[in-house]
Amino acid sequence: MENFYYTLIIPVILFFTFVFTGLLGRKFKPLFSGMVCTASIFISTALSWYTAYQYFFVQGKVDGAYKLINVFNLEWLRFNETLSIDIGILLDPISVMMLVVITTVSLMVHLYSLGYMKGDPGFSRYYAFLSLFTFSMLGLVLSVNIFMTYMFWELVGVSSYLLIGHYYDKPSAVSASKKAFIVTRFADLGFLIGILLLSAYAGSFDFNELTNPQGSAILQSASVTFMGLSAVTWALILIFIGCAGKSAMFPLHIWLPDAMEGPTPVSALIHAATMVVAGVYLIARLFPLYIFTSPQALEVVAYVGAFTSLFAAVIACTQTDIKRVLAFSTISQIGYMMVALGVSGYGGEEGLGYMASMFHLFTHAMFKALLFLGAGSIIHAIHTNEICDMGNLRKYMPVTHITFLIACLAIAGIPPLSGFFSKDEILVAVIEKNFFLFIVQYIVAGLTAFYMFRLYFIVFWNKEKKYEHEPHESPSIMLITLVFLAVCSAVAGFIPFSEFVTSDGLPFVTHIHMKVAVPTVTLAVIGILTAFFLYKKESTSPDKIKNSLGLIYRSAYRKFYIDEVYMFVTKKIIFNMISVPIAWFDRNVIDSSMNGIAAATNFISEKIKYLQSGQLQQYAFVMVAGMILIFLLTVYLITL
Amino acid sequence: MSETVFYILASFILIFSVLTVTSRKILRTAVYLLFVLLGTCGFYFAMEFNFLAAVQLTVYAGGIVVIIIFSIMLTSDLQDKLPAVKFKKIFFSLIAVLFGAAVCITTILSYEFPAMTTKVLDSSMRTIGLRLLGYQENGFVLPFEVISILLLAAMIGSIIIAKKADTEN
Amino acid sequence: MTEVVGIQHFMVLSTLMFFIGVYGFLTRKNLITILLSIELILNSVNINFVAFNKYLYPENLGGHFFAMFVIAVAATEVAVAIAIIISLYRKLKMIDVENVNEMKY
Repeated sequence: MENFYYTLIIPVILFFTFVFTGLLGRKFKPLFSGMVCTASIFISTALSWYTAYQYFFVQGKVDGAYKLINVFNLEWLRFNETLSIDIGILLDPISVMMLVVITTVSLMVHLYSLGYMKGDPGFSRYYAFLSLFTFSMLGLVLSVNIFMTYMFWELVGVSSYLLIGHYYDKPSAVSASKKAFIVTRFADLGFLIGILLLSAYAGSFDFNELTNPQGSAILQSASVTFMGLSAVTWALILIFIGCAGKSAMFPLHIWLPDAMEGPTPVSALIHAATMVVAGVYLIARLFPLYIFTSPQALEVVAYVGAFTSLFAAVIACTQTDIKRVLAFSTISQIGYMMVALGVSGYGGEEGLGYMASMFHLFTHAMFKALLFLGAGSIIHAIHTNEICDMGNLRKYMPVTHITFLIACLAIAGIPPLSGFFSKDEILVAVIEKNFFLFIVQYIVAGLTAFYMFRLYFIVFWNKEKKYEHEPHESPSIMLITLVFLAVCSAVAGFIPFSEFVTSDGLPFVTHIHMKVAVPTVTLAVIGILTAFFLYKKESTSPDKIKNSLGLIYRSAYRKFYIDEVYMFVTKKIIFNMISVPIAWFDRNVIDSSMNGIAAATNFISEKIKYLQSGQLQQYAFVMVAGMILIFLLTVYLITL
Repeated sequence: MSETVFYILASFILIFSVLTVTSRKILRTAVYLLFVLLGTCGFYFAMEFNFLAAVQLTVYAGGIVVIIIFSIMLTSDLQDKLPAVKFKKIFFSLIAVLFGAAVCITTILSYEFPAMTTKVLDSSMRTIGLRLLGYQENGFVLPFEVISILLLAAMIGSIIIAKKADTEN
Repeated sequence: MTEVVGIQHFMVLSTLMFFIGVYGFLTRKNLITILLSIELILNSVNINFVAFNKYLYPENLGGHFFAMFVIAVAATEVAVAIAIIISLYRKLKMIDVENVNEMKY
């Protein structure tokens, strides 16, 4: 068996880089910190690719399947005979794939940020946090133990919080980071309870044990039921709540659009390519458990995913902030992945959905990172996020234009770009299981093409707007990353993904299903053409449509008032009904009882302080009298 | 010791004790205390603790009283009488004291002390010296050493306390 | 030595002396006279020690030695007390116990 101990270096080097730049960043020139971080992520990336090569091609299949490899497993905290928290590294097809995705996108973002963040006062801090984030994300995907996952899950949340709040002097960024942290933290509560429930009934924290179809965890866990569902189903639904929080599934998606307050490369790394797919990854990680013990939980996953993807796609059509459009697009695409997981079966062709989900995760990471970085390039050039202030930028930014177009085509699912292949697999998987969900996903595919090209045409074509200064193409370091990602987005679809990543490790061959692919591509083209006619040139027809849709448009524009609902629930209901009485109770009962004790003490001591007269003889008199009294008591009362 | 000697010495001691705590001439109080100490010394002689009596005479009557008289001379005007004590203070103190004395004396008188049984150890100088520096049973070398350290500490302490502070001009 | 004078005689004597000392301690105002009262108290204790030695444990010299140690302790106590009194006098120009109340509330 191949020795994979070097994989330990991949996350750990980033941790040391974080500590180094975080503590000493001020001592060096900012560019030096950036270079150190970029160098270490470069090493990580190289090692990840090497690991992938070793895992898939040198190590290869054992009995025709890719096996789980426990590189090492260090027992950290033991609770009882079966439960322990371990620290270790687990390699299997999805974790190796995630390694490659995370490090590659992270490397691109590191390089890109050298140009994008140039001159930012928090440059070293930014790079330190990027390293921390990448470290925790890698720790998350490599973890052997669900508790270790949880730890890194929280670390990822913290670093996301720190990076969203990078511009901490901007109130909107501060509140966005708080919102992201609180919403995900709230969801993580579900995750934690889910873990505890799961461990109580499945009897293990260990992924090896939990995901082994013949393991005791799966076989023994279905006994206890609660409200018609087994306890493990509840646990898995709770874990899905945690995943929904991280992956911005409805109704916990509200933090993601606001998280766009962070620097754009951060949005590309965290809020498009890596962290938000952690939920998908975790469900994929626990997939055997889901499929064998609670298909109901998977159904929940599928329906929530489908609803979210439709919901977010509709909102994305109306938004005018370039990054928010991309954010809702991300939510929608993650919804796709969830649906694919939700309808998937286990093993071989049955597991098409699983494989398609992972495939889409992979390709989506590439083209969504590219979209965000392209958007960052545009924002870098004209210093605004509003697409109304953009137009005809293709003249000024040819490279950005071409790469952005490639990404748009990829996400719209136009062959032969990567998005087409992964989306096609998903739709095939869905149509086999559930026709209703297929219709939803089919509509979403059309909407995706429409809103992406709406964005594209408004930004790069349309009428030229007045710019404060002539827009310029971004520095070459940024363009290199754009081109690299564009190439990845273009060709990633040709990877025979089902050879590598499948639900049970056994490879199978996928085909393009014409009966699904043709209508989907047709719909995408229709979406693109609609966008072309509406937004290619400045016209009044979009406004007319807007007005004719009226209420629907407005509510979609206001994101279906979900934020308002949250505000209503928290401010009006929770604050007024619960917090205010509790605060009143705290202030008037608890505080005043404490104050009363203090006041009484004060009062009494004020009264009795004169006993401390400083008169020696008074003290002596009291002492003598007391002595005589005690003497009397002991000698005459007690002994008698 | 005959009863007569006891009563003479006891009344001598008590009278001068009372005078010590009531006299309004401060130097006289010191002298009355000296008499009390001398009376106590007489008891020690009568009980044949000659060495202890000598110590009482030299250290107490000789040393301590002389220090006290010196300090009186340093701090008080010998012509002045001490101010009279408030009646209230005397009254309450007397009640406490008389009551305490009554309680103690009744307790003492109601208690049967066991009769002496064992042989009497002579209190010659030789025995005292051996016992005081002995480290076997009934030896007192440890308290002896502790007391010597205490004396040293007290000496240094009183010098430090009583010497003029450097800031004072 | 006749047996008519028993230990109780000495104990009553020392009790009276003790309480006379306490009375002095409670009523006197001058710090030096208070110190004298303390000496009375210590002396009464000494008498007790010696009497116990004489009448109850004549085979040892424990009470005797304790009386000696008490005398030594009294000497040190007087030395330190006089030092304190003198430094107080230097500061306040008088040694009335009622005015030495800087440690009050």
